[in-house]
Amino acid sequence: MTLVRHLAAAVGVAVVLGVISVMLSAYRDYQMAEVAAYVVAVAGLSVLIGLSGQISIGNGAFMAVGGYASALLLLHLGWPLGVVFLASVVIAAAAGAVFGIAAARLRGPYLAGATLMLAVALPSIAIQYAGVFGGDQGLSVTITTPAFLGATFPPTRWLAWVTCAAALIALILLANLGHSRIGRSWRALRDDEVAAALAGLNVARLQVLAFVISAACAGLGGALLAAVTGIVAPGAYTLTLSIALLTATVVGGLGTLPGALWGSLLLVLVPSFLTNVAASYGLSGAASSSVPIAVYGVVLIVVMLVFPAGIQGALRRLFGPASPASGTPLSVWRRQTSASEHQEEGTR
Amino acid sequence: MQEFVEFTLGGIATGMIYAAIAVSLVLIWRGTRVLNYSQGGMAMFTTYVAWLVIRGTGSYWAGFVLALAAGLVLGAILERGVVRPTMGKSPLNSVIVTIGLLIFLEGLAGILYGGQYRSFPAAFSVTGLKIGNFALGISPNDLFTAAAVLAAALALAAVFRYTSVGLRLRATAFRPDVARLLGVRIGRVLTLGWALAGLFGALAGVLVTPSTFLYPNSMDSIFVLGFTAAVIGGLDSPAGAVAGGVLLGVVLSYAGGYLGSSLVLVYGLIVLALVLMVRPGGLFSSTAARRV
Repeated sequence: MTLVRHLAAAVGVAVVLGVISVMLSAYRDYQMAEVAAYVVAVAGLSVLIGLSGQISIGNGAFMAVGGYASALLLLHLGWPLGVVFLASVVIAAAAGAVFGIAAARLRGPYLAGATLMLAVALPSIAIQYAGVFGGDQGLSVTITTPAFLGATFPPTRWLAWVTCAAALIALILLANLGHSRIGRSWRALRDDEVAAALAGLNVARLQVLAFVISAACAGLGGALLAAVTGIVAPGAYTLTLSIALLTATVVGGLGTLPGALWGSLLLVLVPSFLTNVAASYGLSGAASSSVPIAVYGVVLIVVMLVFPAGIQGALRRLFGPASPASGTPLSVWRRQTSASEHQEEGTR
Repeated sequence: MQEFVEFTLGGIATGMIYAAIAVSLVLIWRGTRVLNYSQGGMAMFTTYVAWLVIRGTGSYWAGFVLALAAGLVLGAILERGVVRPTMGKSPLNSVIVTIGLLIFLEGLAGILYGGQYRSFPAAFSVTGLKIGNFALGISPNDLFTAAAVLAAALALAAVFRYTSVGLRLRATAFRPDVARLLGVRIGRVLTLGWALAGLFGALAGVLVTPSTFLYPNSMDSIFVLGFTAAVIGGLDSPAGAVAGGVLLGVVLSYAGGYLGSSLVLVYGLIVLALVLMVRPGGLFSSTAARRV
């Protein structure tokens, strides 16, 4: 039943997005495709952090894996686009499994440190093995618009369609996963690892699975982003990318799929908006590139201080129905225990 | 043999810089359970203070001292102003706030000082020392770097151990609620912890920048390696932070020297992974995680 509802919603959204993409300019279509690519990666990270309670500051590394995989497959094997994306997802998921198994015992900041190092170290492999990965220059990714759309069809619109379709499919799967037995197990694990283990859940396996899912999403996001930007290069997969994914996840609203959308919109639209504003005030040179950065930092801080549950949390509080559990004894109890847990965490 | 000595001593010298960053992270983590991702940005910013002072007065030591003072003040201000309000909320909120701080500081540095690379003077000569014909692979400045960080770490250890302020810092890290009941002003102690962390970060910034140039992102990679060192050592242990820094510095120096420098970060990842596989809480972790 949930699946049917999600599918119906997805078809509706697809139609709306299709109409919007026709109305938008080529540049806006490009941004739409960018947002779609980021949504997948951010949603995957949101599942990892918000549902399973692990953290990763290194999902940019899995985006790199997906991006390079798709670029190499297109370059050497020339597979159809859909198959290339699918294969990139599988390869990134495998990378996620390797890392997840190695990191299964790590918690909190230790996991954060390991993933951070992964994100910083991986691009240097692409530089070292320049023969395969193209070194600093990277590899170019060419997506051709299919002939039946006609020669005048804007290529960015085709990109927007492809990325939005892939993103919708990924989001449907994630939504269903979140509502499934696995999603519930993750939440149990997140809320109390010991209790979850006592209830018979296989903690290590669930944690590795969460890593695999988030790496698969990051891989698809990376493949989509490579298709959008037309290039994969080490310079695109810096620490900044991984940090941007994390900030988008938390600021958008942790553990929620709409939150992933808000976060990705923030990621794509705010910097270009701020750059335009800076330019319109006649700023130039270093100031014009630095002001947007400083303002973006302030935006992150303010959103976190004013809306601790992120944008989606704020929207839900403003417009949504009172959440079904609020006010019931159970939720009161849960809030108290989580508060005392924070207390306990502070004391350790 | 000569190579081995060179790589070892050079590795220790760089490792001490990672150690300074690691100590600053540990100081904050012990007190507030916050990982300060803005530590590198703070160190970069205080190094700009030193750069301005040195350019203005011509005195290296005036810049050095003022950078450390700026680190103290900056740490205290950030704790009071931005980090304190996130306490008691989800730990991720403070993570994002410190990341926001990092981005803000880097943007601000770009606005104030521009994005170009600036050279930053070293305290002492940077030509390599020799005993007879035997090159040691380190310079007088490297010696100063290692000695400065070591002295600061020892001073910190002495403060922790022998002073009443140190006792309060330890009590607050151990059990804030009990410490508060015993009359410790927790808020002030936490601010002090951040201020001391700012000082260690500033020290690392001033010491490392002669070899990296100064620009808004100049401390990013140093921060990552300092964070790695803190994780290797165990985030609850200042001694572990120093040990982790030296270990990482030496291993990366061997890897860069014998295996080539292009994959140094990958070797760093491997070291980190190996240490954490054996000890998931770092080398100096004291308590085992709760298990079923």
